[in-house]
Amino acid sequence: MENWVIYVLNGLYFASFLFLTSLGLSIILGVMGILNLAHGSLFAIGAFVAAWIVGAFGTNAPITLFIVGLFAALGVSGIVGLALETSLIRPMYQRALEYQLLITFGALLLIEDLIKMVWGGTAYYASKPFTVMGNLGIGDNQYPLYFLFAILTSMAAGLCIWIVMSKTRIGIMLRSISMDREMATAMGIRIGRLNTLAFGMGAALAGLAGALIVPTTPALLGIGMDPLILAFIVVVLGGLGSLKGALIGSFIVGETRSLGIVFFPEIELPLLFLIAVIILVFKPEGLFGR
Amino acid sequence: MGLKDFLLKPKFFVYLGIFILLMFMPKVLPIYQLMLLESGITFAIMSLGFNLLLRYTGLLSFGHGALFAVGAYSVGMMGEYFPEMYRIEILIPVALFASFVVSTIFGFICVRHTRVFFSILALALSMVLFALLVKLYNITGGSDGIHIELPMMFGKSYEGVKRFEFLSGAYYFVLICVFAASTIIMLGIVNSPFGKTLQSIRDNEVRAEMIGIRIRRYRLYAFILSGLFTGLGGAMWSFVNGHVTPEIAEWVFSGEIVYMTLLGGFMVFEGPIIGAILFTYLKLYAVSFTQYWMFLIGATLITLVLLLPEGIAGGFVKLVTKIRRTPSTGVA
Amino acid sequence: MLKVRELIKDFGKVRIINSATFEVNTDEIVSLVGPNGAGKTTLVNLISGHIPPTTGRIEFLGHDITFTSPYRRIKMGVARNFQITNLFADSSVLDNVRICLFSTYGKIKRCFLPANYYGAITQEAVNILDMFGISDKKDLLPPSLSEGDKKILDTSMAFALKSKFLLLDEPTSGVATGDKFKVMDTIISAVKKEKMACMIIEHDMDIVADYTDRVLVLTEGQILADGRPKEIMEQDDVKKILFGVTS
Repeated sequence: MENWVIYVLNGLYFASFLFLTSLGLSIILGVMGILNLAHGSLFAIGAFVAAWIVGAFGTNAPITLFIVGLFAALGVSGIVGLALETSLIRPMYQRALEYQLLITFGALLLIEDLIKMVWGGTAYYASKPFTVMGNLGIGDNQYPLYFLFAILTSMAAGLCIWIVMSKTRIGIMLRSISMDREMATAMGIRIGRLNTLAFGMGAALAGLAGALIVPTTPALLGIGMDPLILAFIVVVLGGLGSLKGALIGSFIVGETRSLGIVFFPEIELPLLFLIAVIILVFKPEGLFGR
Repeated sequence: MGLKDFLLKPKFFVYLGIFILLMFMPKVLPIYQLMLLESGITFAIMSLGFNLLLRYTGLLSFGHGALFAVGAYSVGMMGEYFPEMYRIEILIPVALFASFVVSTIFGFICVRHTRVFFSILALALSMVLFALLVKLYNITGGSDGIHIELPMMFGKSYEGVKRFEFLSGAYYFVLICVFAASTIIMLGIVNSPFGKTLQSIRDNEVRAEMIGIRIRRYRLYAFILSGLFTGLGGAMWSFVNGHVTPEIAEWVFSGEIVYMTLLGGFMVFEGPIIGAILFTYLKLYAVSFTQYWMFLIGATLITLVLLLPEGIAGGFVKLVTKIRRTPSTGVA
Repeated sequence: MLKVRELIKDFGKVRIINSATFEVNTDEIVSLVGPNGAGKTTLVNLISGHIPPTTGRIEFLGHDITFTSPYRRIKMGVARNFQITNLFADSSVLDNVRICLFSTYGKIKRCFLPANYYGAITQEAVNILDMFGISDKKDLLPPSLSEGDKKILDTSMAFALKSKFLLLDEPTSGVATGDKFKVMDTIISAVKKEKMACMIIEHDMDIVADYTDRVLVLTEGQILADGRPKEIMEQDDVKKILFGVTS
């Protein structure tokens, strides 16, 4: 019985950074209509930044360093996102969708090698925060407190986004753009700048998610590809543009992954995908799609 | 305009000329260059399939590496598990059949969605195949892959023959014929009523539906045809490469497929062919030049999209049209 | 041919179409008139199947098509054009019509012979373009056509579907006034020759009077009047709605 509790809690851990990544993807997709293929690379940047900070400055205050790392990851990814949007994506607004996809794909390739250039090909470990936080005993098992920390952080971030989206003027403008771009322009909303902001937000969320993962998984080249696909599965499952959808979608995918690893370790990604496909066959717009 | 008229067009003579030229290559090129060319030609066959989807149906697939892998691995697995049937006359149909099955499954899943989702669903599916190829190592050889023996061709066995001899001999001509056949068939497809139908779906889904065209169904047909060509390319490539590994199903290779099509220019029929062959040479020289290969293609891809979206062939066509249109600017 | 019974369409709390009931017989040319916002395009959308009704019944050739998909309705013989022209921008004018013909003749699966090989169909496409007066533009791309020509192309495409019932949404809007009658002549003679029934949304009352057999006046979702043009246009309530005056 207690094993199941652990599995579910593990699933929540997976779900937490999946939630952040997919939320970021969903914001970009919703507001700009662009599927950001470079999203996984932004995740990877966050992972490398955080891992490097924790590793590079000694091991005296790993938790504080890690928190600094989290913010740094957020910041760096966000800035890279803003740079991407202004330099590459903006010229593509008028062009066909395919070109936008191609540009973000080109950015993906660029960033992957940029990461290689800056950080080399080795793995960056940052497990100190994880070990330092210790475990919580649940029955006979130990549940790492770090997992709780990650879950809480992602909830907090999600809450911030929710507040921004529903209570601030900017958030309302962003939502109106995602609902009806033409109307929004007609009402005088400056789409250009808000697009940049949305992209930056989405990128920052991806970076934060990447940073959250490093205490349990080292930062490696190519670390962003799986999160990209998984985030996409979440967005498609949960339905586009829905925060609730991202939440529930992440939960489903996270739990499936957790249980999948226990029972079908060989085919975890394919299994996940199969479930997503089955849901999509019956409900192409996702579970909560508009 | 029927077949006769086509035969009289200058284009036909260019094609014929190129075909004859290609026939002489084994005499002219040193073996490693020839193998490079052969690689390029198999990629060209694949690109023809890819572009049927991109240019003529308006669907951008980031997962075509998986379909290429299906063709290549079907050859490998036939060699592993059915060596008594390891003859090219059987291998090609088997590869086509495997491609047909996988394309139908992939296609069925992907075409039900909007074009943006289509692209990433294709990517996701290819990642799933990649994961399967790696994890089911008992069947697929895992990350080590499968070694590709020389097949029997038309009753003749090539056991004991060195691969480079095989590739510069009979195999080369088989490949050229397959390539020529693929090009002609694809030409036929894109100019046929079916091809026009695909284009109408690309241009205006709503209107196409109003004319009584079932969008999803025709997209699926296009996907399957595309998969057939791509798988064929993969199968032919496996002999040249001598080895198949899961990497060809990974996103990097799928990205390269997109890249080579764009390089050549996807608006022109011959563009992807040119792009594929050019790419093989470019990659070889670039990789020996720098370890940041992805950065290079990423940067050039972005440049292409921003500045020369028609690609090289497209740009050439544009130039030619421009020259034709400007009469001699004589007296003002 | 077409029977509409008590058709109601609500969008949320707003009732766009309020219990419309009318018939269109074979060979009849009916015009649908009414002020802006009366619901004409919505009614056409209901008949072509692009939106489902809230309640009511639509019958075509004896079959109930109330909830049939647009695709099925096209196969059954209901075709329409679009108010905002909706063409294949990257294919030539000839191809635009030819694709319709390929679809009508069930040839869209043919993938081995070039389209130009189908001489008879190609010729028919040219003939149709000729009939509508735009065959000289057959190799151009739609974006380079004038608005009026685009509309004509749009209508000729709907015509190429050889349907039994043609829904035309303002087929002459955007066409130069001098050409309006020529276009209508073409459409009406083609329609009569093929024995099609036709429902046309029109604003130009001269065209309504000269070309159509019957008029349906739609206002605020309700059919105010249904009868011959001359009679309808004499009625006071109709005149008030259409012209804002009473005699």
